Amino acid sequence: MSAQPRLVEVRQKVMKQNDLLARALRERFREAGVYVVSLVSSPGAGKTAFLERSLTALRPLRRVAALVGDLATDNDAARLARSQVPVRQITTGTVCHLDAAMVESALAGWDLNELDILFIENVGNLVCPSGYDLGEDLRMALVSVTEGEDKPLKYPTIFNSADVAVVTKVDLAEAVEFDDPAMNNNIQSVRPGMPVFRVSAKTGDGMEELLRFLASRAAESRTGDVGDQLALQIDGRLLASR
Amino acid sequence: MHELSIALSIVELATEEAERRGAVRVVAVHLRLGEMSGVAPEPLLFSYGLACEGTPLEGSSLVIEEVRVMVYCPACGAETNPPSIQSLYCPVCEAPTPQVTRGKELEVVALEIQT
Repeated sequence: MSAQPRLVEVRQKVMKQNDLLARALRERFREAGVYVVSLVSSPGAGKTAFLERSLTALRPLRRVAALVGDLATDNDAARLARSQVPVRQITTGTVCHLDAAMVESALAGWDLNELDILFIENVGNLVCPSGYDLGEDLRMALVSVTEGEDKPLKYPTIFNSADVAVVTKVDLAEAVEFDDPAMNNNIQSVRPGMPVFRVSAKTGDGMEELLRFLASRAAESRTGDVGDQLALQIDGRLLASR
Repeated sequence: MHELSIALSIVELATEEAERRGAVRVVAVHLRLGEMSGVAPEPLLFSYGLACEGTPLEGSSLVIEEVRVMVYCPACGAETNPPSIQSLYCPVCEAPTPQVTRGKELEVVALEIQT
């Protein structure tokens, strides 16, 4: 044993295991032809309401399913089950984010070939999920009009890790004096060029545009075909909750 | 607060690497940590101490090298630090810079070991 410590080079990514598993999942999704969309946001931004509305509207047109992460309860899965699509809960216990291993085990027994679009709702948290690749094709960051226009500046890392921003609860925009240009500037400042959608899961405003976008991205990634006629036939009555 | 699970991964990784190199003791683990890795240095240091307890790494230190975000400017071709991670634009020509080239690192780069 030498007394002097020596420095040895290692160069290993700390997230290596998660990254490898996520890569394998992505490959599995691609082979099965299922397009995977994950949702991140702070608690209470409206992920579940948005998802409930999306699943209900897409169900007649696409084979959809959802995985829902939550710390302690299965309330969200119970809500989403009302949309009559396959839903599974991932209860994380004390863990503040989903990781690829949790997604993989939640998929056990599901035939991915039977699905077109799979949604993964992450735990409500704008910090921890950012570094965990889940094998998704598209990550959406949701932010509600009630949270303040500077939310993207407070959590730049997660917004930068996302592909699309979705401003939710726009039916409340006027009541909270929401400043849309400021929100948009802040989003563009932390993630230049990121597409921004504005929706209300309550009134259905903006939902059709976003669902068309998702359906066309799904078709593009799986078949190389950008045009997606089925997506144009969304039943407007399914888009609003009242 | 996911720094504890990150710290546990670091300890696991470093233990394996140290064993492979026949180390009898690990004095320090050197980590490269990007500003945009989603991991904060202080809670990580705190968690690291906890994660090492009862492992071959107990008593070792975690040496963190913080890496600032760098972006590539599509307009002028510069690779540069943006004004901040909240303002991803080129300080030279002020064009938006979607491409982040550095600052997401979370990697163990070296170990200080005794063999």
